[in-house]
Amino acid sequence: MIKLASEAEATLSSFYEEMRDKGAPRLRAAGWASFSESGVPNRRVESWHYTDLKTAMGRPAPLATASRAALSLPRAHDSLRLVTLDGVFRPDLSDIARLPDGVIAQSLRDALAQGEPHVLSALASADIGAQDPILALNAALMQDGVVIQIAPGAAIDRALELTTLASAEAAQSTYTRALVMLGEGARATVVETLGALSSAPAQDNCALVLRLAPGARLDLVTHFSGGVDQAIRVASLLAHLDAGAMINSFALIEGEGLNRRQIFARLDGENARAVFNGATLGRGRLHADTTLIMDHAKPCGESREVFRNILDDQSVGVFQGKVIVRPGAQKTDGVMQSKALLLSEQAAMNNKPELEIFADDVQCGHGATCGRLDKDQLFYLTARGLPRREAEALLIEGFANEAMDAIEDEQLRAFLSDRVSAWLSRRISR
Amino acid sequence: MAARQETVARVESIDVDAYKYGFSTDIESVKAPKGLNEDIVRFISAKKGEPQWLTDWRLDAYRRWLTMAEPRWARVHYPRIDFQDLYYYSAPKSTPGPKSLDEVDPELLRTYEKLGIPLREQEILAGVETRRVAVDAVFDSVSVATTFKAELAKAGVIFCPISEAVQTHPELVRKYLGSVVPVTDNFYATLNSAVFSDGSFVYVPKGVRCPMELSTYFRINEQNTGQFERTLIIADEGSYVSYLEGCTAPKRDENQLHAAVVELVALDDAEIKYSTVQNWYPGDSEGRGGIYNFVTKRGDCRGRNSHISWTQVETGSAITWKYPSCILRGDGSQGEFYSIAVSNGYQQVDSGTKMLHLGKNTKSRIISKGISAGHSQNTYRGQVSAHRKADGARNFTQCDSLLIGPNCGAHTVPYIESKNPSAQFEHEATTSKISEDQLFYAMQRGLSAEEATALIVNGFVRDVLQQLPMEFAVEAQKLISISLEGSVG
Amino acid sequence: MLEIKDLHVSVGEREILKGLTLSVKAGEVAAIMGPNGTGKSTLSYVIAGREGYEATTGDVRLNGENILDLDPAERAAKGVFLAFQYPVEIPGVATMTFLKAALNAQRRARGEPELQTPEFMKRVKEAAASLGIAQDMLRRPLNAGFSGGEKKRMEILQMALLQPRLAILDETDSGLDIDALRVVADGVNALRSPERAFIVITHYQRLLEYIRPDSVHVMAQGRIMRSGGPELALELEERGYQDYIAQEAA
Repeated sequence: MIKLASEAEATLSSFYEEMRDKGAPRLRAAGWASFSESGVPNRRVESWHYTDLKTAMGRPAPLATASRAALSLPRAHDSLRLVTLDGVFRPDLSDIARLPDGVIAQSLRDALAQGEPHVLSALASADIGAQDPILALNAALMQDGVVIQIAPGAAIDRALELTTLASAEAAQSTYTRALVMLGEGARATVVETLGALSSAPAQDNCALVLRLAPGARLDLVTHFSGGVDQAIRVASLLAHLDAGAMINSFALIEGEGLNRRQIFARLDGENARAVFNGATLGRGRLHADTTLIMDHAKPCGESREVFRNILDDQSVGVFQGKVIVRPGAQKTDGVMQSKALLLSEQAAMNNKPELEIFADDVQCGHGATCGRLDKDQLFYLTARGLPRREAEALLIEGFANEAMDAIEDEQLRAFLSDRVSAWLSRRISR
Repeated sequence: MAARQETVARVESIDVDAYKYGFSTDIESVKAPKGLNEDIVRFISAKKGEPQWLTDWRLDAYRRWLTMAEPRWARVHYPRIDFQDLYYYSAPKSTPGPKSLDEVDPELLRTYEKLGIPLREQEILAGVETRRVAVDAVFDSVSVATTFKAELAKAGVIFCPISEAVQTHPELVRKYLGSVVPVTDNFYATLNSAVFSDGSFVYVPKGVRCPMELSTYFRINEQNTGQFERTLIIADEGSYVSYLEGCTAPKRDENQLHAAVVELVALDDAEIKYSTVQNWYPGDSEGRGGIYNFVTKRGDCRGRNSHISWTQVETGSAITWKYPSCILRGDGSQGEFYSIAVSNGYQQVDSGTKMLHLGKNTKSRIISKGISAGHSQNTYRGQVSAHRKADGARNFTQCDSLLIGPNCGAHTVPYIESKNPSAQFEHEATTSKISEDQLFYAMQRGLSAEEATALIVNGFVRDVLQQLPMEFAVEAQKLISISLEGSVG
Repeated sequence: MLEIKDLHVSVGEREILKGLTLSVKAGEVAAIMGPNGTGKSTLSYVIAGREGYEATTGDVRLNGENILDLDPAERAAKGVFLAFQYPVEIPGVATMTFLKAALNAQRRARGEPELQTPEFMKRVKEAAASLGIAQDMLRRPLNAGFSGGEKKRMEILQMALLQPRLAILDETDSGLDIDALRVVADGVNALRSPERAFIVITHYQRLLEYIRPDSVHVMAQGRIMRSGGPELALELEERGYQDYIAQEAA
């Protein structure tokens, strides 16, 4: 074990002292031990090579304390909302009473206090993402969040929105964790919203753990927005899929600051299927890192990833996607695609699509491209009468659309399209 | 399905012990004692009668090497190497400075004959004016035979052991040695800089198209001898040279370390084609023995519109750690990397390339074909980057992997970094097994499973084989068959 | 309508058009024929305003106005339409979205009110029906995965919808089977009017059996070598371009 030396790690250690007796001591201790081995990752850690968290973090901001703010949050779509504000689950801002049959929700704090073994073991997710120090740190320091259990066979029509917001006027650190468990054959749509209500540079470390029992299906839409230049957001998604389960997800990343979305997904049963798509709209000095490990542990799995990075100003995009096919995971079918558009002289993109294949009867591939808008396409559109900026906007929109094709919920899709259009119209009007 | 099973069984049954070139030659060696220290470095330098600047250069490298750690990022696993348990110098006993092949130890020539190296044949066949190959053969550490020197000299091409170039062309060696792969580049390159034994030196003057393909055959012979080749090729403005490197090694039970450095420099409008067929001893069927091949190869497209092309066929070695790269510095320069890497038994390959786009309108192309069988692990690792000023840079990368049997692995690790919006990068990778439809089709037409596999594999690697000079392509195709089918050939 | 005078155009270092002069009147269908590599496509690009195809000297006037300094969108709004030889595929961009954006951008530029969705839909459907284009094609991303024939039909659909004043068809007949060729020709013929001019660039006489030209111009080596009536096309069909190439060599 490396001794924690830096000031940052000393501060984090004090956070741990504060949180260690707040439920799930073994999970916290294991997380802390794992984090302590490597500390805050810098560029020398291979999986963090393009995102130097240690430098960006400097000294961690103080741990968030519960705010009492009475807020009225606007609604962007017709979802049932579960709000975590400044590191604390807020039933008063949530639609707890309106949850349909088959959905049980409680705060993480309560769940940890009750300590039900199956919930604790689901939360731990020890077997995937285990190597990541920031996910381990989340386990050690988790303050609150929400735990949702969806009954076997339940089909939940309305989307459940897990909203995580920061409102404090001063910089703060939050550590939140949410768990969504879908029983056998259950079906639901989840919207994961991460935003900021203030202009203070928050440091948010959040995790969403998904457990899909056999035959369950989850549609997931993730939206990152807000954030200021110095803000840091690391959001980990852990997805376990049992046999025949399916996840169909899309994430839209916008805003500013340093963002890292890391996905650890494992197909743990045969015939499971996963779609992880996403688009990043980079402006200002946004640093947006998507790191994905798609782990095929059992035969006959299928995975699809379509990512689009649209990078303007001095924004930097990172895509690291690894498809693993374990020994014996025969008949795996995996296709991953990452394309980036650089719209300004200062924008930059780093693509690292990986394949790690230990079974022979598989079809796996990936593609990655990077460049600017296609001149032939631009000429075609302008020759039809579109002014250059509009032609560019149409092409950019089309570029983003390719990652949004798989979204089935019309309302959510329209919401996301509007976000893309809004981003583009700001670009045109400049 | 049956066809597939049969193929797998066939491939599994391949006896890696059947390594065709596994035999050793008994020639007395002049050796330095085991281990490495400043005295050994001085001994090597003194043995070669090197000038002081080179001795100092080696010592500087050695001291830096002491502060460095072995790289651990590659996907290869091997027991720790005890660098004090290796010999760093050995030279075959031979009359000094043979003037012709007649003066060369006949035992050595017989060794080459067994290997099928057409050294003598080349002289006999010299009447075939258009396809001559000059061979600078390396036996263990010292170059002992050089042919076609006179003709090359007529064209002004310098092609000689680097130890000789140090004496005859010190200004060129001093100017370019370590200018592409700096002394401190990496652990193995730094070690090589301290103890390099010998290797080839090529200088092609301005405007000269080298009249023949230049070729070196390597052979590791002495037990526990680290072999540290050093090759330096300079193509001056508007010149062209094609260089062939081929290797085989005798069978040994203990692992042998090989850490070569190859530096290429292409000035304005110059072109260098560097082709390798590597077939060193891969270890036995249990994974014992075999060569550790930790090579640093890099080309510097220093001049405008310069062009460097690497082509490699890698079938041997227990461990391959090798990334022939291009620094695309000159505006309009081009880099290419064509690779076939075949692994079987317990071989581990971690190989690929780096294409660093620094200049404007630079282009690169990467075609990599990996074939894994047995219990082997085969990784492509590559980097393509465009710096801020690399306007109009272009890269196309195609990485394909073929898996034969359920116990091997194929991995792809590309790093694609762009800091310039006008740079256009495209990367594609696929992993699959041999198509059962193709196998069935070929077998229905009467081919055995083994023949059908060879046929399909040959189709899979065709794009790369086409890049090799004709005689090399034939040899390479044969090697791939041997590597995958054992007894064939 | 279109007056081109002594036009010289270079692409990169190479001069492609070397003093081309051509006049096309309103209501006229002018056919430009010539061997491959003589700059026919370059002519279409320079009229439409493609980047990298700049005139070094000479004049291109549309209704008396020099258009060489206008960007492609401005030229389109003034009624220039180019049916591309190889229409690009634009995955992700819905065909309908594109059609509406193009039509309204042109209308805006001309100071006309934008079309609302119902009226726009009506026009597209009418145009599609008249050209035998399936609704299904309109729902796909623009040209993405279209066959060669489908792409050419899509070009003609856009022409019908945008109602240009000067339409240039750049080898629209290449790679078309006889049925698709007829659809294209019908589309053009339906749009013929005294206010509209066409330039039909083609290699073969075949298309001109369906679109009867008013004038035929032989282009070779970056110039119009000869102009005449429809009979010239028949002569070319019989004798090929040999005369013009030989003339060049001499």
